[in-house]
Amino acid sequence: MGLKQQLRTTTFLLTLRYMVLFFVSVTILMAVINWAINDYIENRADESLQTALRTFTELYRLGGLPAIEPLVTARKAAENPGEALYLLADQRYRPVLGNLPAWPTLQPTGDGWVAFAYQTADGDTAPARGRVVALPSGGWLLVGREVQALGALEKILERAFVLVLGVTLVLAMLGGLLMSNDVLGRVNAINTASRQIMAGDLSKRMPVNDTRDEFDALSRNLNAMLDQIETLMSSVRHMSDNVAHDLRTPLTRLRNRLETLRARASAGDADDIDACLEDADSLLSTFASLLSIARIESAASGEALQDVDLTAVTRDACELYQALAEEKHIDLSCEAADGAHILGDRNLIFQALTNLLDNAIKYTPAGGRVAAHAAPAADCVLLTVADSGPGIPEGQLTQVLDRFYRVDESRSAPGAGLGLSLVNAIASQHDATLTLEDNNPGLRVSLAFPSPQAA
Amino acid sequence: MRILVIEDDASVAEFLCGGLREAGHVVDHADNGKDGLFLATTESYDAMIVDRMLPGVDGLSVVRTLRASDNDTPVIILSALGQVDDRVKGLQAGGDDYLTKPFAFSELAARLEALLRRQRGGGGAPETTLTVGPLEMDLLRREVRRDGEMIELQPRDFQLLEYLMRHAGQVVTRTMLLEKVWDYHFDPQTNVIDVHISRLRSKIDKGQAQALIQTVRGAGYKIDG
Repeated sequence: MGLKQQLRTTTFLLTLRYMVLFFVSVTILMAVINWAINDYIENRADESLQTALRTFTELYRLGGLPAIEPLVTARKAAENPGEALYLLADQRYRPVLGNLPAWPTLQPTGDGWVAFAYQTADGDTAPARGRVVALPSGGWLLVGREVQALGALEKILERAFVLVLGVTLVLAMLGGLLMSNDVLGRVNAINTASRQIMAGDLSKRMPVNDTRDEFDALSRNLNAMLDQIETLMSSVRHMSDNVAHDLRTPLTRLRNRLETLRARASAGDADDIDACLEDADSLLSTFASLLSIARIESAASGEALQDVDLTAVTRDACELYQALAEEKHIDLSCEAADGAHILGDRNLIFQALTNLLDNAIKYTPAGGRVAAHAAPAADCVLLTVADSGPGIPEGQLTQVLDRFYRVDESRSAPGAGLGLSLVNAIASQHDATLTLEDNNPGLRVSLAFPSPQAA
Repeated sequence: MRILVIEDDASVAEFLCGGLREAGHVVDHADNGKDGLFLATTESYDAMIVDRMLPGVDGLSVVRTLRASDNDTPVIILSALGQVDDRVKGLQAGGDDYLTKPFAFSELAARLEALLRRQRGGGGAPETTLTVGPLEMDLLRREVRRDGEMIELQPRDFQLLEYLMRHAGQVVTRTMLLEKVWDYHFDPQTNVIDVHISRLRSKIDKGQAQALIQTVRGAGYKIDG
């Protein structure tokens, strides 16, 4: 089973769909976590700013500028100055002390906080957030922090998020392949079995493990169904066989009594009895044909096949039918190339061929042509009988293989409509392909036997 | 005639036994090889009809065992269609004739008649001329004469006439003709043999007061002098 087939399986598609769902839920989860963490950190940062602001204000009230100077200096030397920004300015916003070079342009955010731009050490501008208090001395104190400082954490979260999604994707892919592999294996086993059954091996059954899972239940149910179908099929097949068989005995008895009766009948009655005898004979021969078809169909194909010289068989059949063709003024030609050999039953092949020739001559009008042809072809051995008769309408080409089917609906021509069914039965017993085509005009029947080398 | 039928298929057995009894024969029936062999060795029969496939001892073994104990009662072996090499095996085992199912009762009757006649006729030196009434066939010179007048026949027609003349007075079925003259074994459900017969008739019986070749309705043909 190929990867392409596996990617198309329902299991794989289900896994894929589940994966998308998982992807979406992980994204939502991560977004919620991100938002909650951000919110928490912001609150914490804001709280610490508030604390710092209160500390500075209190210190300033107690000791004035000198009281807070060492604190600001210490903060200035801190590793990440962006985390704590201080600026003490006079009444006219001129900087007095702090780690900001000048009083920034402030944008109030509405909740008592202000946003401003901050010049980092490497020259970039970064957004910052802070609070301003008016000092009792008339100056201003700005305490703030870089908003970007939180970005580092966000990046870590982002990376974790991508990693989780990546791993999920790979695992889901692998899981999907493994699961579809397992399911596909079991479905394929069922498919293989059903194809064999469709090919005619009705005794074949679905594989059953003792896992008692849903596939097992499916196989068991299918097998139970197949058992019923097999029973039905064989009873249908045996039906005509049995009917023909059972009716043959009384019919033969009837025929023999008519025969006895005819021997002592008057000249007038004799004609009527002859007609009855003819009817009985044609019934008996129909039953014999039906039984022949049933016997051939029930014989295992490929059993006891022998080398058959198809060339000789074709020539013999043509020779047998030459007299009949001449009588009907039909030109019967035989083109049998030397060396056409097949594996089969010589008598059945001859019987199939005589049935085809018989039909061809029966339906071809006087002055017409019938040609039999046997030759080895590319990968088969081809046996063809073509005539210039009325042919068979396109739509009925397959129906004529059915038992008792006749193109002529009035059923006026002699015969029971079993000839081609018999040919069909012989063809399938020999694994040969039977083809009926338009011969423009007429009918062309071909039997493609497998080459003996291939068998 | 006393005939033993060894056949396990009840419907075929009924078909056979019923037909044979109506034809005036005394029939014994066994539905398995063992009973059949017991009857065949303890009783005396004029002919036997043995199915190829039997439960217990199969048909070919029955025939082989009989032949090994010098029992030369004529045997017709029956078999299912589609078993190709059976005919050869059946004849090798010692069967005198072979018939594939399904068969018409008239077919079996004609073959049984031919076997019983051969049995009564016995051996003798191989014939070089066959004579039926005014018809004379020289097998060495491949010539046919009626009332001394030469009749030109094609090889196939000659073979056909030879077979009929060898079985003069007996019914010969179309299947037997196809089998012995054309060497193919099946029941021809067509009138193709009839055309050959009518062509032969036109050469043998044309313009003659007495028709030698007769059609036996529902069975086949018969040549009678």
